Amino acid sequence: MPYTNPNKSKSFQLPGKSIAKSITLTYLGVILVFPLALLLITFFQIPMDIIRETLNDVRLWAALKVTVTTAFCAALVNLVFGTLIAWIQARYTYIGKSIVTMLIDIPFALPTSVAGIALTAAFSHKSGIGKWLHSFGIDINYTPLGITIALIFIGIPFVIRQVEPILEEIGTEMEQAAQMLGATPFQITTKIILPNIIPAAIAGFTAAFARGLGEYGSVIFISGNMPMKTEVVSLIIVSKLEQFNYAGATIISVVMLSISLVFLLISNGIQFLQKKKYGLINKGTH
Amino acid sequence: MAQFAQPKSISGILTKWALILLAFLFLGIIIVMPIALVCIKAFSQGFEPYIAAITATETLNSIKLTIIAVFFAVVINGIFGISAAWWITKYHINGKGIIISLIDLPFSISPVISGMLIILAAGSKSTVGIFLEQFGIQIIFTPISIVLATLFITLPFTARELITLMQSQGQEEEEAAYLLGAPTWKLFTKIVLPNILPALLYGSLLTAARAIGEFGAVSVVSGHIRGYTATLPLQVEILYNDYQFIDAFAVATLMLSITIISIIVRAILNKRIAKQINVKGDQK
Repeated sequence: MPYTNPNKSKSFQLPGKSIAKSITLTYLGVILVFPLALLLITFFQIPMDIIRETLNDVRLWAALKVTVTTAFCAALVNLVFGTLIAWIQARYTYIGKSIVTMLIDIPFALPTSVAGIALTAAFSHKSGIGKWLHSFGIDINYTPLGITIALIFIGIPFVIRQVEPILEEIGTEMEQAAQMLGATPFQITTKIILPNIIPAAIAGFTAAFARGLGEYGSVIFISGNMPMKTEVVSLIIVSKLEQFNYAGATIISVVMLSISLVFLLISNGIQFLQKKKYGLINKGTH
Repeated sequence: MAQFAQPKSISGILTKWALILLAFLFLGIIIVMPIALVCIKAFSQGFEPYIAAITATETLNSIKLTIIAVFFAVVINGIFGISAAWWITKYHINGKGIIISLIDLPFSISPVISGMLIILAAGSKSTVGIFLEQFGIQIIFTPISIVLATLFITLPFTARELITLMQSQGQEEEEAAYLLGAPTWKLFTKIVLPNILPALLYGSLLTAARAIGEFGAVSVVSGHIRGYTATLPLQVEILYNDYQFIDAFAVATLMLSITIISIIVRAILNKRIAKQINVKGDQK
């Protein structure tokens, strides 16, 4: 007869379940669920004509266009350079690699207002690279290009953090095998490396894009906030709040939250498919 | 980290260094140059204006408020994180996925909208706000709203770290101690706490770093009252918009140093946690 631990019955439980449960649910309820529910209740109480009036604003549409375009361009640049940096970090050894690892973390950790004034100083037409570009007639500060630069800065870690673990995970065996069989570097890149990293790269792209859509602190300094030209949606929400126009702010927030939710679902779907395909286990690395 | 063989052919070596150079160029322009300029601008008039900027009363007040916000965020979200991780990882509960998604939610809500949620919940027009006003308590445009916004923004960090770690640890040690008759407080201080300490510290560090640096959410709820509701990042904005550039960049260097220190400490802690997860994994 096999020995069974008499204490290991199904009813056995460690202590503290009820207290842990009540703290968790109460706190989540008060801090998270209550405000979010209020947002939805407020939204559904707003009369249709006010929603129509708020959404029929040319200034809002101009801001939406600027926000989506700059966030998309920045995410695209980050897709290319993020993949490049992930590649050198995963595959090469070189002096100063650990410094690069720390540099990559700076955009996540640096307060956005500090990033904002730093980028504004760096790309001003009076100094350094901004002055050089100004001589070609290219201005960065107070243009959509400036917003794009700010979003590149805050978005670069997303792609790197997605792609780098995959490049380490897949190893070099496939590439070596292909090389021995006579594949050209171009073939190895397009047929082996890219198909492997594309899901992670898309997930990183989406995360950077979603972050760019809602970014505020790093953008407002370099953009100049000119209505119709360099105003982002976050700023419109803030100005509505400052005028105590909570209905207007709620409507725009619900629109923006819906857009990010759609992209988040896409990103999660891609990550799920990717994990299923390679059987990767979440190792707790970020 | 895996170590791969380095390229040996001439074309391979050339590619390697061309790619590294390109990456350096990008990082140099986008990250290194801006943060270097912060330091250069802060010290452009020498040390005295720098010291004066950092020791100004308004700046000191904003440091005080930032420390208060960090303290509440670390303590309250720490207690929440331990409770949530304990409940989620040690028992069979229904709707685990929903709870974890809820905990992650503040990550996908933009800072400005997070601040707006606090205004909707506790502002002067809300039920809570109207109720508290009878007792003379105002939340929005006071330090209380700064703390609330910070709590919201930093809610997931500690909980996430602890859930990941405690899921990998199992519960044999706790069960053994409990069955041998250890009282609950001893179980917690002698078994649970030592096991989760590195992850708890790591989560608290992420919480603190984010709490120090949060801008959008606190900006919305603060009302920008100088010396009263301005945290350090808001103080940078106030000084910058006043054309007090040296002061703004001086305060910015303070936060830049905190950022760099937190990144270094995180790297060290991360290594220890990875080791802990591996050791536990080997024992199974």
